[in-house]
Amino acid sequence: MRGDGALERLGREGRIVVVGASLAGLRAAEALRDEGFAGSLTVIGDEPHEPYDRPPLSKQVLLGRASAGRTALPRLRAVDATWRLGVAASGLDMAAGLVRLADGDEVPYDRLLIATGVRARPWPQEAEAELDGVFVLRTSDDSAALARRLDAGPERVLVIGAGFTGSEIASACRERGLPVTVAERGAAPLVGALGGVVGAVAADMQREGGVDLRCGVMVTALEGDASGRVRAARLSDGSTVETDVVVVSLGATRNTEWLAGSGLGAGPRGIACDAGCRAFDIRGIVTDDIYAAGDVARCPHPLFGYQFLALEHWGNAVAQARIAAHNMLSESAERVPHMEVPSFWSAQFGVNIKSVGVPSMATEILITQGSLESRRFVGVYGYQGRVIGAVSFDHGRWLPFYQELIETTAPFPPPFATVDRRPGGQRPVDADFPDPSVPTHGPTVTLSGYSPADRRTTFTPAH
Amino acid sequence: MTQSLLHQILDYANRADPYPLYEELRRTPVHHEGGDGPYVISTYYEIRSLLHDPRISSDARNLASQAGDPLPEAPQGEGALPPGFLKLDPPEHDRLRRMTNRPFGPPHSPRRVDGMRPELHDIVTGLIDGIGDPGRIDLVEQFSYPFPVTVICRLLGVPREDEARFHVWADTLAASLDPDPDADSAERGKGAHDARMQLGMYLAGLIEERRKNPGDDMLSQLATAEGEDGPMTTMELLSTAALLLIAGHETTVNLITNGMLTLLRHPDVLERLRTEPRLAAPLVEELLRFEPPVQLVPQRTTLADIEVRGVTIPKGAALWLVLASGNRDPKRFTDPDRFDPDRPDIQHLGLGSGIHSCFGAPLARLETQLALSELARRLENPRLLQDPPPYRQNAVLRGPRELQIACDGIRP
Ligand SMILES: Cc1cc2nc3c(=O)[nH]c(=O)nc-3n(C[C@H](O)[C@H](O)[C@H](O)COP(=O)(O)OP(=O)(O)OC[C@H]3O[C@@H](n4cnc5c(N)ncnc54)[C@H](O)[C@@H]3O)c2cc1C
Repeated sequence: MRGDGALERLGREGRIVVVGASLAGLRAAEALRDEGFAGSLTVIGDEPHEPYDRPPLSKQVLLGRASAGRTALPRLRAVDATWRLGVAASGLDMAAGLVRLADGDEVPYDRLLIATGVRARPWPQEAEAELDGVFVLRTSDDSAALARRLDAGPERVLVIGAGFTGSEIASACRERGLPVTVAERGAAPLVGALGGVVGAVAADMQREGGVDLRCGVMVTALEGDASGRVRAARLSDGSTVETDVVVVSLGATRNTEWLAGSGLGAGPRGIACDAGCRAFDIRGIVTDDIYAAGDVARCPHPLFGYQFLALEHWGNAVAQARIAAHNMLSESAERVPHMEVPSFWSAQFGVNIKSVGVPSMATEILITQGSLESRRFVGVYGYQGRVIGAVSFDHGRWLPFYQELIETTAPFPPPFATVDRRPGGQRPVDADFPDPSVPTHGPTVTLSGYSPADRRTTFTPAH
Repeated sequence: MTQSLLHQILDYANRADPYPLYEELRRTPVHHEGGDGPYVISTYYEIRSLLHDPRISSDARNLASQAGDPLPEAPQGEGALPPGFLKLDPPEHDRLRRMTNRPFGPPHSPRRVDGMRPELHDIVTGLIDGIGDPGRIDLVEQFSYPFPVTVICRLLGVPREDEARFHVWADTLAASLDPDPDADSAERGKGAHDARMQLGMYLAGLIEERRKNPGDDMLSQLATAEGEDGPMTTMELLSTAALLLIAGHETTVNLITNGMLTLLRHPDVLERLRTEPRLAAPLVEELLRFEPPVQLVPQRTTLADIEVRGVTIPKGAALWLVLASGNRDPKRFTDPDRFDPDRPDIQHLGLGSGIHSCFGAPLARLETQLALSELARRLENPRLLQDPPPYRQNAVLRGPRELQIACDGIRP
């Protein structure tokens, strides 16, 4: 295999197809050209838009500071590629090496990168989801539609689910002076991602920001009026919320359906890959020509016990795109693993939240700097005696230090003094994550490796 | 007796070119000459991580031994100003810096600095127009000192006419930052203390006036502010104002002078800047890497025993971070001793990093970009009359005392 010139040929005249024309797709296309790939490059995206950035959709766009059509991703370099926008990939034939498109076309590949991301989980009752005034927020079109409705000055907005996106939406609405109710099944906002200790701070922020926050309840039904407009929501505690705008923010579903039956190891938890972003097939054998990157991928991470991590993090999409692009053009000895420490940011209620590592894997938390009461702090997450994650509220400049602790598997609790260590931060406490078997709304990290609930296959040796 | 490496770095004889000494220093990334002496860190990655390390304090009160502190601390007592936020740790640091930032930058005053562009341009134009004999220009006296002083005065609302008064105090205070191990620390401490007192009294008078007649300057805004953090106490206000006034020009003077010196040593780049105004921004970044005005941060200490590159630095030790050396660490920058404004990746340490990273960075950048572009555009065939120029004594805030240049004329 080595030295037979196959790689050189690929680099010169090969065909690479990227499915998913958003953050990971664009950055991978750029990286491929950066790495000297001179063959034909096709990028397929089901949205009609040029690659755009999503984080502003729940922040600046809803505040009216940027328009949804104006969050195009900056191009890091010119990319010579065939862009097939507005058409979905509908199937994959691994044996023939081609991608089928919804318009009937087929695109052959020598290397394939899958970067189809996730989509918003819709309101489960279809008829209710169809009501006028019920929104989700994932795409630029979603954001434009919601922003327009907010401009019209609704009587009240109901946000279902207080994960990061739901909380940011609530924050934007409050900043616009709109009455907001947030309904969250968990005990507090952000509880799935950051645990109950930090969730309590988020809850305070929302209440102080004027949000009518209802935790520990579920929305059981949406009601419409005669003309099909939403007018109220019923809650599991028996109460009713009158509302004319509902934003369903219940987390995301991986875009893998189009791969069903292809033989690739893709399912509702994403596409299983090795640490170099090479996808596995359903037999657990790694493919050498199919890669995955971004929100749709799940990869084992050496720092986190080789748990398969699926991360809905901007920085992760960028990093994996680069790694996939590099590896698909490299000899095995030159391939690089994806080992970045996960990191994430959010802005809500005037507070800048950042996290590194995987807080949701932790059992304990220690506030090492600042205080929960002031809403300016760093919290360090511990798991089995080591530092596994950290979160900061308006304290982001310290995070590189904590990232280093995670990277060096430093002991938890950290034994040293720090500037701004307050009395409350002397002892670790239970981080108070909800039972993992209870789904919370919109976690941004999914530990998608082994799960006891997952024993659906029976092992039958072939002899 | 051969001088210790630290002495050599502080020795005035090596001021014009300390870089070979830094290179030697980097061979021992954690350099300690024993006793109460400082632990000197000179390599890029180590400096950067210490700047983000919450076990590192900027508050001199955490030093194990005040005797080991080469920086004379003003005696605390009647009338002494409390330390400015530069020498404080969170939460006090954060609160004061946050409050100071309100009238200065985003999110509350996003356009403050950029809005000063036309005004800065006018000041630069006025100074260049007034140069006089193009055959003999002292760039420091005629340009790089008056420019930032005028700017900081306008920004703060300090009368420019008072410059002669606060210049003396500012000089004394800047000199007191210089960790000269041979100088009489008590003597210098007293001098710095007196200068601080007088500056404080001067500012107190100004602030009193601003309270009565607030303008749209920063002193007025700081004196009348009532945000989520409440108002600043009078003492906090005084030490913050003193900090802004001094740090607001002592560094930019050097940045502009070092910049022009570097450009005159690289005439090709100077010529490019004349015709390519967009070069100004990356050029100033490279300058901050190549000849940073703050060469080292001498006032940090450890709150715990910490390990750096296999060396345990004990709790309470004095720590020096040699930014200018980190900026030329070949492990971080290829060809680090080359001045190259086209570097694609330049995360220098010239303005520090972490919570104490330069507060005035946006202003300093803009001032220097404007200053160098205009000098490049208007000075005809400029050249150095003396190279190297005479430097100021200070090893921390390093820069030429004067920069004698000549040119054939001044373009309109
Ligand atoms: C509102 C919002 C706010 C966010 N804020 C933050 C934040 O503050 N910080 C942070 O770190 N992250 C944030 N994120 C997450 C971040 O945007 C994602 O991690 C990132 O977009 C992932 O990029 P991706 O390319 O993997 O997937 P995506 O951006 O989801 O792109 C996938 C693309 O593939 C397309 N596609 C799907 N199926 C097919 C198919 N069959 N054929 C063709 N194309 C297909 C999709 O339509 C989409 O355009 C936010 C996300 C949202 C939605």
